[in-house]
Amino acid sequence: MIRFIAVRILRAAITILAVVTFAFVVLRMSGDPAQVMLGPDTPQESVDAFRRAWGLDQPLWIQYLAYIKSIFTGDFGVSMRDKASALDLVLQRVPATLQLTVPALFLKLMIGIPAGVYAALHRQSFTDRGVILLAVFGFTIPSFVMGLLLVLIFAVILGILPSGGQDTWMHGILPTLTMSIGGIGILARFSRSAMIEVMGQPYIRTASAKGLKWRDVVWSHALPNAAVPIVTIVGFMVGSLIAGAVVVESIFSWPGIGRLLVVSVSNRDLAVVQCILLIIAAAMVVSNLVVDLLYGWLDPRLRSAASH
Amino acid sequence: MTALIEASDLVRIYQIRRGLFGRPHPVRAVDEISLAVNPGETLGIVGESGSGKSTLGRMLLGIDTAQGGEVRFEGKPMPPLRTPEWRALRAKMQLIYQDPLAALDRRLTIAAQVGEPLEIHKIIPKQHQAARVAELMAAVGLRPDQAGHYPHELSGGQRQRAVIARALAARPKLLVCDEPVSALDVSIQAQVVNMLRDLQAENGIAMVFISHDLKVVRNIADRVAVMYLGRIVEEASSDVIFQSPQHPYTKALVSSVPVPGKRLEGRVILQGEPPNPASRPPGCAFHPRCPLARDICRAVVPELRQIGDGRTAACHVVTGETAAIAA
Amino acid sequence: MASIDLSGTLRAPRWYSVFITRLRRNLPFTVGLGILWLFAMVAVAIFADQIRPYNITAMDLTSRLSHPGGLKHLLGTDELGRDVLSRLIQSIRVSLVIAFGATIISAVFGTVLGFAAAQFRGFVEHLVLVLADFQAALPFLIMSLAVLAFFGSSMVLLVCLMGFYGWERYARIARGLAISAGAQGYAASVVQLGATPARVYFRHILPNVASTLIVSMTLTFPEIILMESGLSFLGLGVQPPETSLGNMVGFGREYLTRAPWIMLAPSIVIMLTTLSISIVGDWLRDRLDPTIS
Repeated sequence: MIRFIAVRILRAAITILAVVTFAFVVLRMSGDPAQVMLGPDTPQESVDAFRRAWGLDQPLWIQYLAYIKSIFTGDFGVSMRDKASALDLVLQRVPATLQLTVPALFLKLMIGIPAGVYAALHRQSFTDRGVILLAVFGFTIPSFVMGLLLVLIFAVILGILPSGGQDTWMHGILPTLTMSIGGIGILARFSRSAMIEVMGQPYIRTASAKGLKWRDVVWSHALPNAAVPIVTIVGFMVGSLIAGAVVVESIFSWPGIGRLLVVSVSNRDLAVVQCILLIIAAAMVVSNLVVDLLYGWLDPRLRSAASH
Repeated sequence: MTALIEASDLVRIYQIRRGLFGRPHPVRAVDEISLAVNPGETLGIVGESGSGKSTLGRMLLGIDTAQGGEVRFEGKPMPPLRTPEWRALRAKMQLIYQDPLAALDRRLTIAAQVGEPLEIHKIIPKQHQAARVAELMAAVGLRPDQAGHYPHELSGGQRQRAVIARALAARPKLLVCDEPVSALDVSIQAQVVNMLRDLQAENGIAMVFISHDLKVVRNIADRVAVMYLGRIVEEASSDVIFQSPQHPYTKALVSSVPVPGKRLEGRVILQGEPPNPASRPPGCAFHPRCPLARDICRAVVPELRQIGDGRTAACHVVTGETAAIAA
Repeated sequence: MASIDLSGTLRAPRWYSVFITRLRRNLPFTVGLGILWLFAMVAVAIFADQIRPYNITAMDLTSRLSHPGGLKHLLGTDELGRDVLSRLIQSIRVSLVIAFGATIISAVFGTVLGFAAAQFRGFVEHLVLVLADFQAALPFLIMSLAVLAFFGSSMVLLVCLMGFYGWERYARIARGLAISAGAQGYAASVVQLGATPARVYFRHILPNVASTLIVSMTLTFPEIILMESGLSFLGLGVQPPETSLGNMVGFGREYLTRAPWIMLAPSIVIMLTTLSISIVGDWLRDRLDPTIS
């Protein structure tokens, strides 16, 4: 068991290192950040001075090593634009993003999974077809279209919800809704098919033939087995949550790290971009680890297999 | 006459690892085996699972590389795996194994697969290939209309016949059959075995027939070698082994085969655990289960020695070497 | 009594009615609609130059932000007087070309790597798996944001970047199927017949893998369309003067209240196209999977 966790953690660490290297390589290779920051008309001496000040004239691998060292000491560098610490800048915005993503994840889980399970248990009913239809729509409408549609309906036509900014809790409703609808659809569809597959297994028939009440059959036998593929999908969704935040925050002018990322990327603000990438990678890796551990707990077969 | 294929002191060692950080542990799947097969004759190799017989079969064909000893086919050493020479040699030696469904590509018709060796080795020009495929299918007892069928549309026995037809396409001189009928119904087993015998007689093919099932081996083999944990423990002609087995292990195996018309008497039931190649007992590997075990058996590995005309056995008791050695 | 000659009364059914009956029996209605829509989109993409009423940059300053339904501009105009229908047609072409190109690049790249991992095992396999893990670890949108903004947004670069989307899925599938084929299966059998590795892969493994790969392609194709639209919407994908579906939605955002059709037309096209591909893809998967049939 320890071995299982240790191997996973090692892989996670390597993945994070790879992400950092990737970001570093891509950003440095693609162009001269000083030029972008200062504009094309700046005289060469100013550009050179800027580069020296920011350590950009060192050979690449020295910059890389220095960067690795600074990460371990918690120093992510300073934003070129704002002259504030990159880490501080990013951390400031994290709560805003969490204000959207956490409720969105909650909605997806609380609505999507029960809807899918219910649909599976009541095949061919009106609810079943309704769930499938809604699920398909949720999946095919891109988040930016959904966001704009919701703004059109609720902010423009009905005028009951605000369309941008972060002033009151009401401002959070549309962004959260936008982020969750797609996921609710996907999760409902997936839970439904996972549940259907489990219900078709022979051991379910055995369980009800044994005389167990239907409720118990579902709760004790069907659901735990259906949980494994559902947990897999939820694991993937964490990643798409973060990606969704980028688009949604841009639409609703929500001051979270998604919006910060887009802005920093346009401005080639290296320190901030790398910091955000690292934080996102860490979040993904942690969530994958949690999903893996959850697997081990959910599926006893995996527990013994894992110790090999 | 010179042997078609000769193996001398073949050794094959697998490294088995216990757990993620365990030490690799060598397992001798094949332990210094020497044998020879003459053109047109059938050698049966008998043993339980774990005896190394499948590994031996693959080594004879050059599919598993020998880590000790060598295999010579028609006097020449076996080329290394995946070289063009090895590939060309496939036209002369083929393998048939247990699961015919796995051996066939589910997307191609039977005719296409039976004819594939003809394409690979460019034996016959394209326009004559169809005729040869029809000939092969008829020889194994498949109907002409089955040429356009797919593997999953055939029964198990028919699939194995198709595999055999494919193996014979390039007119090989040696056929290694590894449990070819174990997955088939008993009634079909007899048909396929008889068919193999007929094909062998017609085409003069040498065969190595590997099986755990003595009844089947008895039917088809000229000579039989009995394997236990990677070594040959007895070898003799088929009749002799079944009528008067000498090695205690062979005796136990033979006594379990029912003969119609006779009562099952004198059945020798083996004690102890079935053999585990990863933890091999010292001395004679069979001694924990052997009713005749002496001190010497626990210490010294018995060599294969001649005990009669054309028969050998590896047993201290049988070869009369039970004189105690310095303990 | 003379026998009655009925030969004149019965006629063999016409070939098209046989075709239609067969079609109706085998093809669910929605799948048929989906296929029709996709054909229409592909046709639009191919013949864009011919069917486009105006140039995408042609500005009709006299009718800015005009409503759809007019004869001159069927889908209205945007704030610069550019015909929305023409821009839509061109956008369909651009987005489809990018998605097709990227899907194929991704499938070929992923399959080759997957086969290489299965064939050479050892270090090569480890490398491929680590790369696949890495690709799956970060959301693609985030990674492409980084790459795009810094290397610029030329069409070629965009297609290549999108070509990295989903390759790890093909790689895993190809590797898994090649390994299981090789271990105790038909591939080992054919090797044993004396076939060269090339023959084994092209004649045997690839056809067996193809149907699974094609299904994967129908899954990633709509996702690539959505990804490219998202990037273009953020202003980082297809750059003006070129136009793409996401691009149009992005530009239409400012005029959401005054001229919602600028944003609605491309949005509807995106939705219908991804919906069609999903439906057709699901149906294809059910047809192609022999274990279900």
